[in-house]
Amino acid sequence: MILSQFLILAAALFAFGIYGLLVRRNIVLILLSVELMLTAVNINFIAFESVFRSPDAIGQVFAIFIITIAAAEVGIGLAIVLMIFRNRKSANVDELSLMRY
Amino acid sequence: MFDLAFIAAQEAHEIHAGDGGWWADTAGIMLALPLVAFLLILAFGKRMKYQGGEIAIGALAINALWASVLMVLNMTEGVLTQTTFVIGRIGSGLVFELGWVVDGLSILMYFLVSVVGLLVFIYAVGYMKGDRRLPWFFAAFSLFAGAMLVLVGAPNLVQLIIGWEGVGLASYLLIGFYWEDLANVKAGNKAFLVNKVADVGLVLGAIIVALAVGSFDFFDINEAAISGNAELGAVAVVGALLLFFGAMGKSAVFPLHIWLPDAMAGPTPVSALMHAATMVTAGVYLMARMFPLYQNMAQEARTPMIILGAITLFGAGLLALVAKDIKRLLAYSTVSQLGYMMTVIAAGGYTAGMFHLFTHAFFKALLFLCAGSVIHAVHSNNMSDMGGLRKYMPRTYWTWIAGSLALAGVGLSGFWSKDEILSTLGNEGYQIVMWVAIAGAFVTAFYMARATVLTFHGSYEGEREPHESPSVMTVPLILLAIPTAFAGLLNIPGVSWPVIGNFTEWLAVRIVPMGDHHAESIDWLIGGIGLLAAVAGIAVGWAIFSKDRDSQEDRDLFEIPVFYPLFRRGYYIDDVALGAVGATIGPIARFVDWTNTHILDAIVNGVGMAIKYLGGFVYGIIDQRGVDGVVHGVSAIADGAGSVLRRMQTGQVQQYAASFVAGALILVVVFVFVL
Repeated sequence: MILSQFLILAAALFAFGIYGLLVRRNIVLILLSVELMLTAVNINFIAFESVFRSPDAIGQVFAIFIITIAAAEVGIGLAIVLMIFRNRKSANVDELSLMRY
Repeated sequence: MFDLAFIAAQEAHEIHAGDGGWWADTAGIMLALPLVAFLLILAFGKRMKYQGGEIAIGALAINALWASVLMVLNMTEGVLTQTTFVIGRIGSGLVFELGWVVDGLSILMYFLVSVVGLLVFIYAVGYMKGDRRLPWFFAAFSLFAGAMLVLVGAPNLVQLIIGWEGVGLASYLLIGFYWEDLANVKAGNKAFLVNKVADVGLVLGAIIVALAVGSFDFFDINEAAISGNAELGAVAVVGALLLFFGAMGKSAVFPLHIWLPDAMAGPTPVSALMHAATMVTAGVYLMARMFPLYQNMAQEARTPMIILGAITLFGAGLLALVAKDIKRLLAYSTVSQLGYMMTVIAAGGYTAGMFHLFTHAFFKALLFLCAGSVIHAVHSNNMSDMGGLRKYMPRTYWTWIAGSLALAGVGLSGFWSKDEILSTLGNEGYQIVMWVAIAGAFVTAFYMARATVLTFHGSYEGEREPHESPSVMTVPLILLAIPTAFAGLLNIPGVSWPVIGNFTEWLAVRIVPMGDHHAESIDWLIGGIGLLAAVAGIAVGWAIFSKDRDSQEDRDLFEIPVFYPLFRRGYYIDDVALGAVGATIGPIARFVDWTNTHILDAIVNGVGMAIKYLGGFVYGIIDQRGVDGVVHGVSAIADGAGSVLRRMQTGQVQQYAASFVAGALILVVVFVFVL
């Protein structure tokens, strides 16, 4: 097992996620980018766990937590997106700038 | 609590008296009734038909009945009781009590105040009809009578002083009743202040005597005087003179008589009551009540008292000779008659003095009410506006004649009382004073002849047609004329009527009786001389004033050089008194005034200004600039910062995300490369 390979993969996924988060205009894609970043973090957790074996397998537990929370987050996020789209006929994040000074 | 003290001393002094039963035990109700009426009239008077007059008359009518019952009881069997309630203690040992004495002397005063007061009240309903402030008039009038009853019912000096001051207050209110006119206010002030000067003497005398005896009670003081108490003896003369000084104020003895003529500013019924039964009799009553002190202990005090009394009785009579105002004339006549009473009491004639007080109360009230009736008809006090009124006002005229004859001492009641005074003075060895009193009788008859002629004879000088007064006014006149005519018969020397006895015997029923002189038989010589002087006075007066002249002013031409201005100005006593006050009190008052304006006011003003400036500083600098500055500064900073920082809130979610990522990267750099 070469730890650095996993870390490079995770870093690449995280970087793609950030890129998507900052550049994409569609809310659905932004949500997907966030999922990418979470996946990158999960890979890191699992990779470190498989190398450094903690007594209670904390790395794995955290990964499962993150998957659970990600699922909940996507559920709520998509629901919000759906409601926004129904009201505004658009899912473009540039147009959703009502909450400003 | 309830301390019912039947004075058992009567047996020791061989006086046979009953206790008067229920009527005497509850006589205190008499004292309270007019005071209750005072409050009731203030509360409800305005809504009543006669403006509260019915309450005042009702209270006094009950009192008059009550006093008459007591009078009859005293005539037949004698009444002698005293009821007191302990209210509190004064200092150590002295007790403050309120209550009522029922003996011959106080019953006489109850009777006078209530009966004369009742008639005057009834008269007032007619006289004051349609006047301003009627409820207030009747209220103050009731207070006047009530305070006098408290005074004459007093078993001790403290209650006497309470009533005394109440009488003074009520007289002040009533003299200044028409306060819209400044002169009336000044007359009220004068009466009050002159009486206050005298009251100093009364209070000091009461304290001195009470401290020596150890009690304010008249019974104790008089017992001490009779038994020759050494402690009282040491201060008796001073105390007696101080008490006499107090009596001089209320009873208008020279030179403190100056308030009484000015007191005519009040409504005429007030004058009538004041001169007859209340107020001026208070001083004489005090002398009579304290008689043993003067008779047994303070003989040295009697000479100045007699001298002042003689000056008063003669001097005031001369002043009445030149008065133009009919009420002022009667006022000087009252001063003169009070001089008679004071003189004879000081000379030892307790019975004579009280008898003259008794008859004088009737005929002087009658004369004042007649004068009021005349004033009511012609709307002027001035005798030069009157004349010939006997044709228009027959009832007033004939009752006035009765009163005048009584006052002059020609037949009727005044003859008997004045005769008793003269014979007492003669018997006590005051021959000179007796001749002064006879000369006074001449003067009295003289000025009453003048007043009668100028008012009722000749031709009418006034503007409007005079008319007889309504019966509500003339009936009291007629009722007063009855005792004016016949009261003298009650005390013919040596005559004791069946069942009722005579006046001397009634008065002898006293808590502490004393052996004063009273004539046992008619003194034909002195009585004849007195009568002769009076008839001569009337004849001279008639001869001078009844001559036909062009006008009333000419008829009154009676201007003796030097004396006339002296009399008109009342011996300049007012000027001297005011001058003396001005010379002594004036500089002090001015100094106090100067101190007040320039020092006290300056301090107060200075402190005020300092505080004002301090306040201005606190407000302008500390509050406005300091505290408010901080508050405003904080809000301005928050406002400014907010208006800058809020621009970060663009609403663009990806900008937030970008700054978030940038912040995370900075942290990474810091953690990896710096730490």
